[in-house]
Amino acid sequence: MSGFWIMLTGALVASCCGILGCFLILRRMALVGDAISHSVLPGIVIAFLISGSRDSFFMLFGAAIIGFVTVFLIQMFQNSGVQSDASIGVVFTSLFAVGVLLVSLNAKHVDLDLDCVLYGEIAYVQWNQISVAGMEIGPKAVWLLGITLFIIVAIIALFYKQFKLCAFDPALAAAIGIPVALFHYVLMGLVSMATVSSFESVGAILVVGLLIVPPATAYLLTDRLGMMIVLSLIIGVISSVAGYYTAAALDASIAGCMVCVAGVLFLFAFLFSPTHGLVTRKLRQRTTATREAY
Amino acid sequence: MLNLFTDPNLQWILIGSMLLGLSTGIIGTFAYLRKQSLIGDTLAHAALPGICIAFMLSGVKSVGYFMIGAIVAGMIATLGISWITRHSRIKPDAAMGIVLSVFFGLGIVLLTQIQHSSYGNQSGLDKFLFGQAASMTSNDVYTMMGVAILLIVACALLFKEFKLISFDSGYARGLGFSVATLEQLLLWLVTIAVVVGIQAVGVVLVAALLITPAVSARYWTDRLGVMTILSGIFGALSGAIGTWISAGTASLPTGPLSVLTATALFVGSVLFGPRRGVVAKLIRRYTAKREWAAEGKGKAGAASSAKEREVSA
Repeated sequence: MSGFWIMLTGALVASCCGILGCFLILRRMALVGDAISHSVLPGIVIAFLISGSRDSFFMLFGAAIIGFVTVFLIQMFQNSGVQSDASIGVVFTSLFAVGVLLVSLNAKHVDLDLDCVLYGEIAYVQWNQISVAGMEIGPKAVWLLGITLFIIVAIIALFYKQFKLCAFDPALAAAIGIPVALFHYVLMGLVSMATVSSFESVGAILVVGLLIVPPATAYLLTDRLGMMIVLSLIIGVISSVAGYYTAAALDASIAGCMVCVAGVLFLFAFLFSPTHGLVTRKLRQRTTATREAY
Repeated sequence: MLNLFTDPNLQWILIGSMLLGLSTGIIGTFAYLRKQSLIGDTLAHAALPGICIAFMLSGVKSVGYFMIGAIVAGMIATLGISWITRHSRIKPDAAMGIVLSVFFGLGIVLLTQIQHSSYGNQSGLDKFLFGQAASMTSNDVYTMMGVAILLIVACALLFKEFKLISFDSGYARGLGFSVATLEQLLLWLVTIAVVVGIQAVGVVLVAALLITPAVSARYWTDRLGVMTILSGIFGALSGAIGTWISAGTASLPTGPLSVLTATALFVGSVLFGPRRGVVAKLIRRYTAKREWAAEGKGKAGAASSAKEREVSA
């Protein structure tokens, strides 16, 4: 049963990240997830200092607020003329530095296991069950991620056309009256939500990996956005299931193995994708060359 | 605070942080201009499998082996990034993200392997990852000095080439430069700077040492030479002030303080940069508005209506 819950959690994270990652890759902001998952540290510490409890609800709340602050700051610096990659980098490193300082300032009465907060362990998912009226209805992480996934799917499905246009041609979108900035914030807010609700249970690295690698793989396999999202979902789910079994076989970190499987799948797509693969393109060039020669 | 200048231990830390800030600031300029600011973050994460393999092969916790492992892993990572961007339509940011997460994932897998097998106590590994500037010794400072000299000399010798590939790599290719080799060389120099930086400030914060001084410097000048020097100065200054504050208080670590100093310099530059700064822009807008208003009043209706007639004609 534990295996089932772990794989389900992995698949839910993969689905949340897979959908959003496609838009991030198209907007060239792939590393935003990485930034958010690091910059939430001060939020967690402040929430802990204020509430005094290690209850994950408060931490999640603090993390979510700082996640939005991160997104807002990145956008603000970008608007004032800083390159997007540099503005991501400056914001998340500064916030992380604030977090480290807060931890070391309060080291005496803060008993925060940073590794555990920042790099949650997916293997412990099943131990944290929610019970309603004495009945265990499944791990908390599964419920949290399920709700997150539902919100993401609902918002993306409702405004699919707008998001699509903003991803490919923001200028045109602005010209025909779509509030581009608003949709940008909504997308970033969703990314922040997905990152925050996943990282506590599965660890930052899995979130960052699944946010980028499966969508990038899908990007190599298709030229249609709808298809790209579907493929990215499938690849993400395959990575989490196969990653779980690999980890069980190797007796290694589950999150690490899931990301590695996703990496292997990317490599396959990179080499053998029917349209964009390195090997397939070389082969096609050769056949055209020989045909030309005759 | 005065003991900063008398305590030999603190002097080493001060020199070390300044040298580190100087070299990352200089090399960071090129990373920034090539829109690869986050390469520092990527390389710092990608170092993990290298460190793990170095530990598995050598069986000892030696900083020297760890650094070699980290540099080799970083170089492979840069090759991976260039390979992906050159041979597919994946953009550089996504390529960096892929390399970052897959390498780090692999590193975590190796780390659990080390924990589960009989390699013994691995607790020193994560110390390497989170960085400890306060425990810098004279040996570390000599390493940093060597690295700083290497980076500065390399940047000075290849300044023209790096300038060319930062602004117009197509033109560089047209002139017959091997752009791919130069790009790779630049990335390797960044790798060396990052790996040395990891030790002092840790995986996450080393990215800031590359980016923040360079972005700040960009606000003050339009000339690459000036920007590079300025960025180096900003980096060294952040290191120095960070060490100074950290020495004056009981428990504040140097790394985050240096990064926050750099951030403060950055915010100052964004606000007060001579031409791009927020204040300068506001003043310019204000004066333009007033000039425009004055012009409208002075020439009264005649000139403007004449202009209107001209336009309509």
